[in-house]
Amino acid sequence: MKNDAQYTNHSGKAAAFVQDEARTDWHDGALWFVRYKRDIQIKKVPEWETMRELASQIKANVLANLDKYLIQFEENALKNGVQVHWAKDAREHNEIVLNILKNKGVKKLVKSKSMLTEECHLNPFLIENGIEVVDTDLGERIVQLRDEAPSHIVLPAIHLKKEDVGATFHKYLGSEEGAKDPKYLTEVARGHLREKFLAADAALTGVNFAVAETGGITVCTNEGNADLGAHLAPVHIASMGMEKLIPRQSDLGLFLRLLARNATGQPITSFSSHFFKPNVGQELHFVIVDNGRSEQLGRADFRKSLYCIRCGACMNTCPVYRRSGGHSYGYTVPGPIGSILSPGVDLKKYSSLPFASTLCGSCSDVCPVKIDIHHQLYKWRQIIAQENELPLSKKISMKVTGFLFSHPSLYRFAGKTARTMLPLMPRFLVYNKLNAWGIHREVPVAPKQSFREWYIEQQKKGANKE
Amino acid sequence: MKVGFFVPCYIDQFYPQVAVATLQLLEKLGCEVCYPLNQTCCGQPMANSGCEKDSIKTAGLFVENFKEFDYIVGPAPSCVGFVREHYDILEQTPDVVHVRTHIFDIAEFLIDILKIKKLDARFPHKVGLHTSCHGQRGMRMAQSSEINGPAFSKQKQLLEMVDGLELIDLDRTDECCGFGGTFSVFEEAVSAKMGRDRVADHERHGAEVITGGDTSCLMHLEGTIRRQNKNIKVIHLVEILNGTTLS
Repeated sequence: MKNDAQYTNHSGKAAAFVQDEARTDWHDGALWFVRYKRDIQIKKVPEWETMRELASQIKANVLANLDKYLIQFEENALKNGVQVHWAKDAREHNEIVLNILKNKGVKKLVKSKSMLTEECHLNPFLIENGIEVVDTDLGERIVQLRDEAPSHIVLPAIHLKKEDVGATFHKYLGSEEGAKDPKYLTEVARGHLREKFLAADAALTGVNFAVAETGGITVCTNEGNADLGAHLAPVHIASMGMEKLIPRQSDLGLFLRLLARNATGQPITSFSSHFFKPNVGQELHFVIVDNGRSEQLGRADFRKSLYCIRCGACMNTCPVYRRSGGHSYGYTVPGPIGSILSPGVDLKKYSSLPFASTLCGSCSDVCPVKIDIHHQLYKWRQIIAQENELPLSKKISMKVTGFLFSHPSLYRFAGKTARTMLPLMPRFLVYNKLNAWGIHREVPVAPKQSFREWYIEQQKKGANKE
Repeated sequence: MKVGFFVPCYIDQFYPQVAVATLQLLEKLGCEVCYPLNQTCCGQPMANSGCEKDSIKTAGLFVENFKEFDYIVGPAPSCVGFVREHYDILEQTPDVVHVRTHIFDIAEFLIDILKIKKLDARFPHKVGLHTSCHGQRGMRMAQSSEINGPAFSKQKQLLEMVDGLELIDLDRTDECCGFGGTFSVFEEAVSAKMGRDRVADHERHGAEVITGGDTSCLMHLEGTIRRQNKNIKVIHLVEILNGTTLS
């Protein structure tokens, strides 16, 4: 067993999560409600499935020509007066950002949501270097105050109830004790964040889409926090994974419609902000980050994982995610999409994640860009086994099972033995720590005859009659 | 038409009544059915755990057992789907290709090949249909709720031919039951929780019986129900189609 903290043990963390069954039900219900809202919205669009197919093909085209689109994007951005930076990994990204901030003497940075900067662990790096970093997305601010990682890429604080938020704000922002009214709590956050926006000397945003033919980027938020930050501060840095490109401005409508409807069941996000050039007197920087994406692009079976537009719908729909929580995955992007991205980053560390699925396939059917997520989970499992990263118990039991099933008489003998023994065994011998099945479930009642035995008996009876 | 009868390992050993019902139903419908005696398993348990290599011999044995038949039919979308989708682990000889393209789940076979329009069965009970994920999203035997397209379900179509049967609606039409093969053991806590939730959905809507096409899901749900001492029966779809009664 891998209990070492450097490995993510999904099943262990999930078991701890499920232990509080009422809270698990609440978490499951909250996310299912988002899935339900999504279903209503997508069913209002008759061309939905055509849109998915089209978006999937556009992303295939982008990845097949990524080098050309990236150069085109950079050329156009430079023409617009944007400063463009290339980062091969997280460390380079963080240093680029720090250098920009240092050059401008920045002490206070406000950020809108960016999973990429979570992936690069930018916040702790900047804080170590003396920069005040404030996440301005409400959910992200809540988890930042609590010193937690987001548990969902679209709904970072979905693991918390309003009572938890009230307690957090009371502790860090001095709000009333025991407050749980969402409107009051939002007002508290709003007041707190306004001060931060006004005091900031730089803003960092993520990027939802980067358009190659214009050199512009689009940032989607529901709170307007990206705009507030980017328009008030003299420096705007936008960090983007290099797969965020789309070829044409005319492709953007398709992706914006897919993203909002699929992510939260909204026809469109409240704010879709388009940044093309720096405001007068402002600097605008784009940081384009690889951080393992080239490697993933080189893996034919897993290339499609880079189509992802980060809508989070695979998390909302995943019956395992809903009942284990985002933190059980131990990776920046949790849930099904995270479970096919993370093994490419560190196979050993994340070897339990492709197994945190029943392979039900709901993630693949909900995906707005048709990533075959559950097939990729299956394929990662094969690689993990080949690379010897399976728990020993699983490895041995699969070898034995494989041997049994390729030797018919042995299989029959084992089956008969089990069926004969089970009814004779006292309960404590069947139901104990060694039988994970039996912790919450009964084992099947063993019949006297297998089907094969019955079939042979019938054939004999038939032959005797003749 | 020579039909090779595929009985998945756990049905053979623990749920023989499902196989008996399938055999009887096929024979009633005029099929010439043969059960190859040397069959074991399709190989899915090992492959889903990452050990495709440990499945190769089992898969080879499967093809040997079934290559001679016009059709291969089994009461298990999950296993049938595995043969169709994952027997690319074998060299694609004409025999392997034949088996992969001529294997059907019983519900598909009744609707798509035999094209039956009526059944001689009566089951006057409130029934919840648990659609297995592999049958639905793998084999496309029913529309999945994520997709914006016309609703259909081959299993539902068959149940509608049963006299007196009342199909109940569920809050979550196609939520996974949580079995997931070795997931049920290695992720025991979440698996069991999913099972309890699936049973509760049926219970809320007054199901007397939960039915479905995949015995693996049903085994999981039945194990959950028995542990909870609930008064819901679990019966495979094909048993209902073959005219079983609640005893």
